[in-house]
Amino acid sequence: MSTLPLDPDSKLAAYAHPDKLVTTGWLAEHLGEPGLVVVESDEDVLLWDTGHVPGSVKVDWHTELNDPVTRDYVDGAGFAALMSRKGVSREDTVVIYGDKNNWWAAYALWVFTLFGHPDVRLLDGGRAKWVAEGREMTTEVTQRPAADYPVVERSDAGVRAFKEDVLAHLGGRLVDVRSPQEYTGERTHMPDYPEEGTVRGGHIPGADSVPWARAAAEDGTFRTREELEAIYQQEKGLAPGDDVIAYCRIGERSSHTWFVLQHLLGFEKVRNYDGSWTEWGNAVRVPIAKGPDKGSLR
Amino acid sequence: MSDDLSSEPTAGLPPAMAGIVEDFQALPERERLQLLLEFSQGLRPLPAQYEGHLEKMERVDECQSPVFISVEVGEEQEHPVHLHVSAPAEAPTTRGFAGVLQEGLDGLPARDVLELPADVCFRLGLEQAVSPLRMRGMTGMLARVKRQVRVAVAA
Repeated sequence: MSTLPLDPDSKLAAYAHPDKLVTTGWLAEHLGEPGLVVVESDEDVLLWDTGHVPGSVKVDWHTELNDPVTRDYVDGAGFAALMSRKGVSREDTVVIYGDKNNWWAAYALWVFTLFGHPDVRLLDGGRAKWVAEGREMTTEVTQRPAADYPVVERSDAGVRAFKEDVLAHLGGRLVDVRSPQEYTGERTHMPDYPEEGTVRGGHIPGADSVPWARAAAEDGTFRTREELEAIYQQEKGLAPGDDVIAYCRIGERSSHTWFVLQHLLGFEKVRNYDGSWTEWGNAVRVPIAKGPDKGSLR
Repeated sequence: MSDDLSSEPTAGLPPAMAGIVEDFQALPERERLQLLLEFSQGLRPLPAQYEGHLEKMERVDECQSPVFISVEVGEEQEHPVHLHVSAPAEAPTTRGFAGVLQEGLDGLPARDVLELPADVCFRLGLEQAVSPLRMRGMTGMLARVKRQVRVAVAA
């Protein structure tokens, strides 16, 4: 039930779900049309304030999508209130973009998916590409009238895995999207992010290592379908019919890989384990493999 | 270290830093972010000797973006301290924290810098608006400033 037309770009057309992405050219052409809401979601909570796509609204993963008390996302009422405040209605086409290869934008899109927002797309190349192309930016604060957004209960089952699900899945296909050093256990946090340490290092036994950024090209856009198939299918032997769980450290980088597997390669069952290593690496008596080998369950 | 457990956010702070904390505390939580943005815009450009020479500075590993600091400690008796920071425009929150430290510490005697309470960053009242996770970069920056001051004074 897309409100706005799909982007006919030929690179996008090759993906399994071309309706989940738009190019910067498409966005520039449709900016300001009724039924389109542009959302920026960044790692840095102030980046939108320094300049953003005209008319866009900021959605912050930390302070708006996460529950402030429990380690969980907002509930149906919380999401409805957030959307209403941002001026997003259930019928709107939402295009999300952000910094760092759309890392946080993909995370936001994944959270929108938990609430089944019908039409939500990523801007291929994100903020960096829009800026690099010299497209319009503004610091003007967007004023959108509050919208009516229905309370839709969050549905975790399809795309979200909990620790118990991962334990039951052991022996199945897992993708670890962290840095190689985190995978081997040499580091318990990602380079540059020392504050999110864990007690134990390593990976979930049986997980393949595919650092998330391999899916991104130099300009921050997603690699072509053919290039992505070469990585995930030919190199790692994953198949679209496989039941796959992706994880990282807190579930944000793996949202990016979830997007690639689910929407660009059309895998049928992909879940993101958002507890990820900050849960697994601190959990008692869960199996851990160290070193470069995938490891197996004894 | 004189961590003051009293509830007064400015307790034990030198005047400039106390003034900054007061300014933040006077605003509603959401508006504090805008003030942080102003600090990010007010961060001084690097002195010429560091421009293009980040290897002469210390990387702040606690920050999620490439941030480098260098602390200048004067020869005068009081050893006045000046802070130089390089932080990318794409990391305005980190730049804002750096700006707060730069302005709050500028010209302070080394001894006063070393006595700054370790929780000074949390007294700005930004945890809710920024999230606690993002506060760690500023705490790390202050710890590294103090270490550089300690080394310089001992030399």
